[in-house]
Amino acid sequence: MKARVHVMLKNGVLDPQGEAVRHALGTLGFEGVEAVRQGKVIELDLADGTSEATIGEMCEKLLANTVIESYRVEVL
Amino acid sequence: MRAAVIVFPGSNCDRDMAVALKATGADVSMVWHKDAALPDGVDLVAIPGGFSFGDYLRCGAIAARSPICKAVVDHAGRGGYVLGVCNGFQVLTETGLLPGALMRNAGLKFICKTVMLKVETSDCAFTEGYNAGDTPRFPVAHHDGNYTVDDATLNVLRAEDRIAFTYCDNPNGSVADIAGILSQNRRVLGMMPHPERAVDAGHGGTDGQALFRGLLGQLAQA
Repeated sequence: MKARVHVMLKNGVLDPQGEAVRHALGTLGFEGVEAVRQGKVIELDLADGTSEATIGEMCEKLLANTVIESYRVEVL
Repeated sequence: MRAAVIVFPGSNCDRDMAVALKATGADVSMVWHKDAALPDGVDLVAIPGGFSFGDYLRCGAIAARSPICKAVVDHAGRGGYVLGVCNGFQVLTETGLLPGALMRNAGLKFICKTVMLKVETSDCAFTEGYNAGDTPRFPVAHHDGNYTVDDATLNVLRAEDRIAFTYCDNPNGSVADIAGILSQNRRVLGMMPHPERAVDAGHGGTDGQALFRGLLGQLAQA
């Protein structure tokens, strides 16, 4: 089985990289880009039957730093 | 004093740290990240600067889950001293020994220069060689030194006098100009600037010597 983990900075945490990307889009002439948030996508190849709870534990213990990041698990 | 300097793949200030500690009179062991235990009788663990594991995933994230870090957390739990500098500070926040996180510098650039700090408290072994209000100059060399913490935790850090150093001229966007913080028992210090790179006249300054001398003096008494 496969799972995809989306890791994003929490709302309210400033994202200087996203802000730089927003500026660059403006430089390229794209108007109206009001905000950009940059995150990560992590794909996991897992043994069949791995529970969502176990994947959640992986996120809590390593894949996301829950001080600044939130995560969402998508089982594929 | 017995000190252990932890070495990860990608550490690059480990030898500087060892030289600074030895120059102050410490007996120093280098400890590889795959070791599961610290040498017997270690008083101080130093986690050096560098780019452990290539900064993969997040700075310090992989290092913080290495076998030796469990021993470091246990050492801190027993009231042992821990000094984390630069990547070492990032590792300490990733282990949870210190609150908050180090994010990409607000200006997005890698910053490599000497900065002026302000000593906010002299009430710990690391800073007792300074007076509160002193302004030592230490080098910084980091891309992810932007200290972030929620307001509630920041209030706790302030109320408990746990902000050890602030930047006089904030280079990286850190909350409240924070350059270094202490644990609740004041025995774990994490800081982005490099005191170990300011201990020899050849470094261009010796303002870091007081940190190592203070630490050694405090530990010699213990």
